[in-house]
Amino acid sequence: MDSIGVLMACPMNSYLEQQLDKRFKLFRFWTVPDKSLFLASNKDSIQAVVGNASAGADAELVEALPKLEIVASFSVGLDKIDLAKCKEKGIRVTNTPDVLTEDVADLAIGLMLAVLRKLCESDRYVRSGKWKKGDYVLTTKFTGKEVGIIGLGRIGMAIAKRAEAFSCPISYYSRTKKPEINYKYYPSVVELAAHCDILVVACPLTKETHHIVNRDVINALGPKGVLINIGRGPHVDEPELVSALVEHRLGGAGLDVFENEPYVPEELFGLDNVVLLPHVGSGTVETREAMADLVIGNLEAHFQKKPLLTPVV
Amino acid sequence: MKATAMTSENQSRHSQSDLPYVLILKPPPSFLLFGDHFLDSSKFQYLKAYESPLPLPQFLQEHAQSVQAIFSSGLAPVTAETIRLLPRLGLVVTTSQGLNHIDLTECRRRGIAVAGAGTILSADCADSAVGFLIDVLRKISAANRYVKQGLWSSQGAYPLGYKLGGKRVGIVGLGSIGTEVAKRLDAFGCSISYNSRSKKPLVPYTFYPNVVELAANCDALIICCALTDETHHLINKEVLSALGKDGVIINIARGPIVDEKELVRCLVKGEIRGAGLDVFEHEPDVPVELFALDNVVMSPHCAVLTTESFEDLGKLMVGNIEAFFSNEPLLTPVSLDG
Repeated sequence: MDSIGVLMACPMNSYLEQQLDKRFKLFRFWTVPDKSLFLASNKDSIQAVVGNASAGADAELVEALPKLEIVASFSVGLDKIDLAKCKEKGIRVTNTPDVLTEDVADLAIGLMLAVLRKLCESDRYVRSGKWKKGDYVLTTKFTGKEVGIIGLGRIGMAIAKRAEAFSCPISYYSRTKKPEINYKYYPSVVELAAHCDILVVACPLTKETHHIVNRDVINALGPKGVLINIGRGPHVDEPELVSALVEHRLGGAGLDVFENEPYVPEELFGLDNVVLLPHVGSGTVETREAMADLVIGNLEAHFQKKPLLTPVV
Repeated sequence: MKATAMTSENQSRHSQSDLPYVLILKPPPSFLLFGDHFLDSSKFQYLKAYESPLPLPQFLQEHAQSVQAIFSSGLAPVTAETIRLLPRLGLVVTTSQGLNHIDLTECRRRGIAVAGAGTILSADCADSAVGFLIDVLRKISAANRYVKQGLWSSQGAYPLGYKLGGKRVGIVGLGSIGTEVAKRLDAFGCSISYNSRSKKPLVPYTFYPNVVELAANCDALIICCALTDETHHLINKEVLSALGKDGVIINIARGPIVDEKELVRCLVKGEIRGAGLDVFEHEPDVPVELFALDNVVMSPHCAVLTTESFEDLGKLMVGNIEAFFSNEPLLTPVSLDG
């Protein structure tokens, strides 16, 4: 298969890169000085694109690659892929569901604990060397807090399962109510926000869910409420979020994703009720290897004319 | 606060001297945070040793006949000497989770009842332990620092962390706190094992008869036991070596349970993967070698210090003292049987 051209959209994982290099003819898109020239010269050689949460296959790229057969995403999110375009052209699309569900859910709970129990602030305080007898950091209890989940898919359910172990009552918003689920359903995100202490974004990013956390939702969550985003940056109206936090209209936030990664609004840097992470939801050695194996597995299955492991389209 | 208003009303009707005295040696954290009247009751009054210019032994001698109970937040030890100076002492209540600051032997000898925090703080302790474990494995505090220093945009992706799911967790001390930790980590897909003074028959977790074996068979060791003579430096070179270079240690119990010098050496040399520490051998002094390490997360002995816990504990302590003075059973008595 080493004559099959695979275009890797951006650096994402050295193990994956090595494996792709070994098995296919790998083109590293980010090393190319002139992308349009490169595409024009190599368009007939590229049969697969490997993307991730940062870069995938938009309509323009798909159009530029007439021999493209499959887009394999090193992510579960598909917002960087023009799915309609791929469907139209009969291009297969795969992602990496399930293998990263636990890591993302673990991180969501980790962020909740970090924000409420001020883990990062406490650590900073001790590291400053200024701890004097009698000083400590007063925090907010996590056990028993009401957790509201936007999107009750695999990741949302995994977050709910973990939060329940802390006796947190669970409520959710979803496009449709799930009759087999025992958690409290709210028909709108604003209502969900008004009735929970911690709101977590766990749905896919689509046109409909763009800015699903807006000013109204942030206001409903309120000065004691905490927002956790392990979805995609564009789920949240970022400037609104920043002003709410700076003005203390929102109690706190734990954010793994941002509208314009890797750029994070600097106004958030000095806030001790905000924890910021560099999009590490699935960022463990174990899971990234499993994700890479899934990408390779899907590509090999496709080119060997076997059933895809985790097809989306 | 409603309680305060009621108290001042009652006090105008009762004579102050009618109410029995509860001695406080040092101001509890709740007074500093929420004011002196946070723990008021219409059924007793406080005698604040710290407000007197007299040295403690003299103060105690002067008030020896009035003091029937001591309220300790854990900041001031309740020593045998103190107890001996108070012939009418019948109760010691503490808001601290640990009891190592009270001379329990002397209390037992004198028939003095002790009331503690019960299990009211267990959830907060467990939450801290779990928070630390996720933080250390997923590098939350370290990555947060990275982002807030602007390094994500200038230096790129942060190094990968380690998955929590499927990790083997070893709990040292399966009491109330250890049980809450186990319940939580079970939901994350961890497999739980433990060491305790005795095997617990009804518990679904694997028992190891000693801490070295426990450490050898787990990826994360979580210290949840009390500090006693037996548990001093329980976590020593042998245990840390058994835990190994992929192992993490979390201590939300007491600093002296761990041989701190040895722990620091292991961390500096990379002989264990990381640590989450709320307690230290010589608080507030923390070994400075730890400040340079990204695989260590620390907090200033505040695993139980949530606003909600202060409120719950305050009510519990007042409830215990009121029960004592009404000759009713204590809410959270501590068994002094050896």
